[in-house]
Amino acid sequence: MSEKPTPAIYPETQFYWDGAKAGKLLLNSCPACDKPYFPPRPFCPTCGSREVEVIEASGRATLHSYIINHLPAPGYEPPFTVAVVMLEEGVKMVTNILDCPAEPEALILDMPLEVTFESRGDLSVPQFRPAGGAA
Amino acid sequence: MSRASIAIVGAAETTKLGKVPELSQTGLHADAALNAMADCGLTPADIDGIATGGHDVAEIAQYLGITPTWYDGTSVGGCSFITLVRHAAAAIAQGLCTTVLITHGESGRSNNRAHRPIFPSMQQQEFEAIYGPIIPPSRFTLPVLRKMKDDGLTEEQLAMVAVVQREWAAFHPRATARDPITVEDVLSSKMIAYPFRKLMCCLVSDGGGALILTSAERAKDFPTKPVYLRGQGGESAEGPMISQMESFTSSKAFRISGKAAFESAGIAHADVDHLMIYDAFAHLPVYGLEDLGFVGRGEGGAFIAEGNTRPGGRLPLNTNGGGLSYMHSGMYGMYALQEAVRQMRGISPAQVEGAKLSVVHGVGGMFSAAATVVMTTEDRW
Repeated sequence: MSEKPTPAIYPETQFYWDGAKAGKLLLNSCPACDKPYFPPRPFCPTCGSREVEVIEASGRATLHSYIINHLPAPGYEPPFTVAVVMLEEGVKMVTNILDCPAEPEALILDMPLEVTFESRGDLSVPQFRPAGGAA
Repeated sequence: MSRASIAIVGAAETTKLGKVPELSQTGLHADAALNAMADCGLTPADIDGIATGGHDVAEIAQYLGITPTWYDGTSVGGCSFITLVRHAAAAIAQGLCTTVLITHGESGRSNNRAHRPIFPSMQQQEFEAIYGPIIPPSRFTLPVLRKMKDDGLTEEQLAMVAVVQREWAAFHPRATARDPITVEDVLSSKMIAYPFRKLMCCLVSDGGGALILTSAERAKDFPTKPVYLRGQGGESAEGPMISQMESFTSSKAFRISGKAAFESAGIAHADVDHLMIYDAFAHLPVYGLEDLGFVGRGEGGAFIAEGNTRPGGRLPLNTNGGGLSYMHSGMYGMYALQEAVRQMRGISPAQVEGAKLSVVHGVGGMFSAAATVVMTTEDRW
């Protein structure tokens, strides 16, 4: 099987992937708006300010929506879950759900999740799994 | 009293639809364009404005022998052609050109092409595609379980979208899938991306279509029955990262585009005789009905399941069978426009008796962009 894809990383997003390698889920946040946002960029998409900071997310999230993909994708063995999670910080992101069967019975919307990190080549990719270990 | 200022005077699809392995994508553009010019008695020398999406507009101009004084290559996905109708109308009204040809051609099935219609989005690739949602069935579908939980949409209602549209497709000799299907057929078809099954997903086809627009003043000089634009239509974009939609139960781009189209046309929902809502997947007509305001939030699935949009229903929707049953080349918006033109001309194989006003609403990318236009048989209102 082919390897799972690794992202093309750009100067504005290097910190995010460096953070993941160190086991941290980093987000940009705007102090003026008091609002984290995703994906990373060096300005606030709400107010346009360039005075933004990097914060470490708690890693806690809930299952916002998902599909169970039965189609081929490079590096993946179907069926597998593609999910959108809602971070405790109020931003959504795409992930897979690891350590959990790709079955509707095991994937209950709004169930608590926690961040984990998956090695891909030299990179580490943020992923989520059921909170408190395997379902 | 308002008068129409812009009319569609030429309209045609490619000579063949579905499987057209003998033509390149450029060739599909040209076949549709030549058919549309023949429809209204024009030649390339009569065209001074040209527009297309997902393909180099300059190449299409050169291939057809057109020297434009105005062009537009807006490429936001399948609704680009709906967007281009309103852009072309604005250009004609502004005097930038007099006669616009909008072409679409896509070798979606045979893949005789160098141009890919969906442009890569850097952030979508960096933060979403690496998790596997690399094609529309595993990406466009992501919001739906949330909508099912929050709004009560059911798998049976999604299946009914496909069932009803197949009823419409049965009227059309050129539709790819015409045999009747049941909810059971849909719910037992192959699982693609839970909860989506094969019959809830669009076809993959070859084909094209073209439209010719000019001023309403000139429209009466053409041999075809003019189809007038009412109001300025609407458009908006929320972006290609589906995870960043403001809400998974409603499309902001749909709402903004639809509101602009209805307000500028000065119409109420009860005025609409015929409706086309781009359906790459079965959930899109549900979002469309709700976000355009035909029904309340959470009521779209039941509205379709109860038969309101089927042949004989009070709101005929996707009367060609849609992307699910008629054809879907990849950027389907042109075919929604073509069916609306046929309905306004009174020549659709699934003609809605007495239809005078049609709304066409499309999506671009995966809830990335939206566009809406309103067509009518009347030159004043």
